[in-house]
Amino acid sequence: MKKQSLPELQKICSQLRRDVLRMVHTVQSGHPGAPLGCAEYFVALYFDQLHHNPDFQMNGKGEDLFFLSNGHLSAGWYSVLARSGYFPVEELKTFRKLNSRLQGHPATHEHLPGIRIASGSLGQGLSVALGTAQAKKLDKDASLVYVLMGDGELQEGQVWEAAMYAAHYGMDNVIATVDYNGQQIDGPTAKIMDLKNLKAKWEAFGWEVIETKEGNDLAAVIAGLEKAKSLTGKGKPILNLLYTEMGYGVDFMVGTHKWHGSPPNDEQLALALGQLEETLGDY
Amino acid sequence: MSLDLKYTYTEKKDTRSGFGDGFLEAGKRNPNVVGLCADLIGSLKMGDFQKEFPDRFFQTGIAEANMIGLAAGMTIGDKIPFTGTFANFATGRVYDQIRQSVAYSNKNVKICASHAGLTLGEDGATHQILEDLGMMKMLPHMTVINPCDYNQTKAATLAIAEYKGPVYLRFGRPSWPVFTPANQKFEIGKAWKMIDGKDVTIFATGHLVWEAVVAEAMLREEGIHAEVINIHTIKPLDTEAILESVKKTGCAVSAEEHQVNGGLGDSIAQTLILHNPAPLEYVGVHDSFGESGTPTQLLEKYGLNAENIVKAAKRAMARK
Repeated sequence: MKKQSLPELQKICSQLRRDVLRMVHTVQSGHPGAPLGCAEYFVALYFDQLHHNPDFQMNGKGEDLFFLSNGHLSAGWYSVLARSGYFPVEELKTFRKLNSRLQGHPATHEHLPGIRIASGSLGQGLSVALGTAQAKKLDKDASLVYVLMGDGELQEGQVWEAAMYAAHYGMDNVIATVDYNGQQIDGPTAKIMDLKNLKAKWEAFGWEVIETKEGNDLAAVIAGLEKAKSLTGKGKPILNLLYTEMGYGVDFMVGTHKWHGSPPNDEQLALALGQLEETLGDY
Repeated sequence: MSLDLKYTYTEKKDTRSGFGDGFLEAGKRNPNVVGLCADLIGSLKMGDFQKEFPDRFFQTGIAEANMIGLAAGMTIGDKIPFTGTFANFATGRVYDQIRQSVAYSNKNVKICASHAGLTLGEDGATHQILEDLGMMKMLPHMTVINPCDYNQTKAATLAIAEYKGPVYLRFGRPSWPVFTPANQKFEIGKAWKMIDGKDVTIFATGHLVWEAVVAEAMLREEGIHAEVINIHTIKPLDTEAILESVKKTGCAVSAEEHQVNGGLGDSIAQTLILHNPAPLEYVGVHDSFGESGTPTQLLEKYGLNAENIVKAAKRAMARK
């Protein structure tokens, strides 16, 4: 895929946000907050970083692979997959509807191109990503495995089982990103179950940690992922702490957990779309 | 008194060793076969594979949830992972991981579980899972296999390596009669009629197939001819074989080292009630946990031996 300029990529971010809001609005269900905050990450990954083939092959041999562990960001993932050619953009309108391949949370059961495992029940994606990365090592396949987790998701114990494994086996072909927005369904993570010093935690588990402080600045996100890539192959797994704002891009949604799992009503949608330019054409 | 057994044995071996030997053989046959174990390599008899193929074997530490996720991920790269731990930790502890990452995602993971049931013995109820077959058979896409002796377990292990899809393979710890042929062909989902009979059918799985063989000889001494069918595959269930047999005998006994709630017996009951209602008696654990003891003591106390199968057969016949 030809690399696109920063302004072009920014246009995709805006369209992704529109897609997300329209998708959750149509069915009046889903999770808009976190995918709005991860728009830059999704676009940077699929349109700039990944060596991938939208002509989907499940085994992904020779390709960089991405796993979404926090499956409730499905609307954002589906948008970026459709916009990068995995399936028709029009199919976004079937999100969460009966007989759709775009299940509420990602699933392989319906054979949606781009999805390699189901996610939704939290805490499992890092383990899966590591398994796939281990298979790549066995096959001497030098491509990388990416995974995105939520920060609230780190409250699941399995994540730390996986963290231990990754360091023990020197899984240096894995770049894990934590969507560090400080929010979860019931409120701020600091109030619900404080994550304390995440950087120190991951470092103590034997990971190489980088911090992307401006997780909603596309150039910074790309720079962070470039840095992460430069650290692969050195014997340690890479953890990218991506500081984002939940609900970014819409002034009344930003920075609060209130839009974690609530769709906008008609009026709110109109207001939100007014702040997001339609750049690639709505589905 | 010596019984006139239709099947005999010259040695006793643990079914887990059948798994270990089959696993090594599967690894020799297919380079994509890989192993994972959560700190129980010796107990699962996975050491020979690890020694032969160190690069294809992954010690995961005491972290079963991660092990299941790793295995699911490996299948994406076309590997055929066999995970090993005790049946309790292989199912109940990681049910959600199996449900989402393996069963729903339809991944080619072989969940291999030792020390199932009461015959684990002295470790007691914390480790004696009696609910695993029920949990696993409820999951869509999951194949559930519970072989009866060393030879059948080895054959089953080789068969599941060839089969594409999630499998739960259950076996155990105790030294047990080896009464089925070496190098047998194992057909997933195909019940094996071991003894012909006409008065009652005994459907047995796992270690209790041997008890059913003994029970058949005991019943024959009293002039009762029992049919013995080895249900090594709980799911998919060979309903055709079940219905054909009960059509002839008119009543049945199920025998399993598992809770009667949700086990093989319930699957057979469901089959009968839908197609040919007939008396069925359960030999299994009745809504209780196990405890410490020797395997033989436990099978006796919880009513899972040949004597109890004989009693159940008579009860079933009386209800015809």
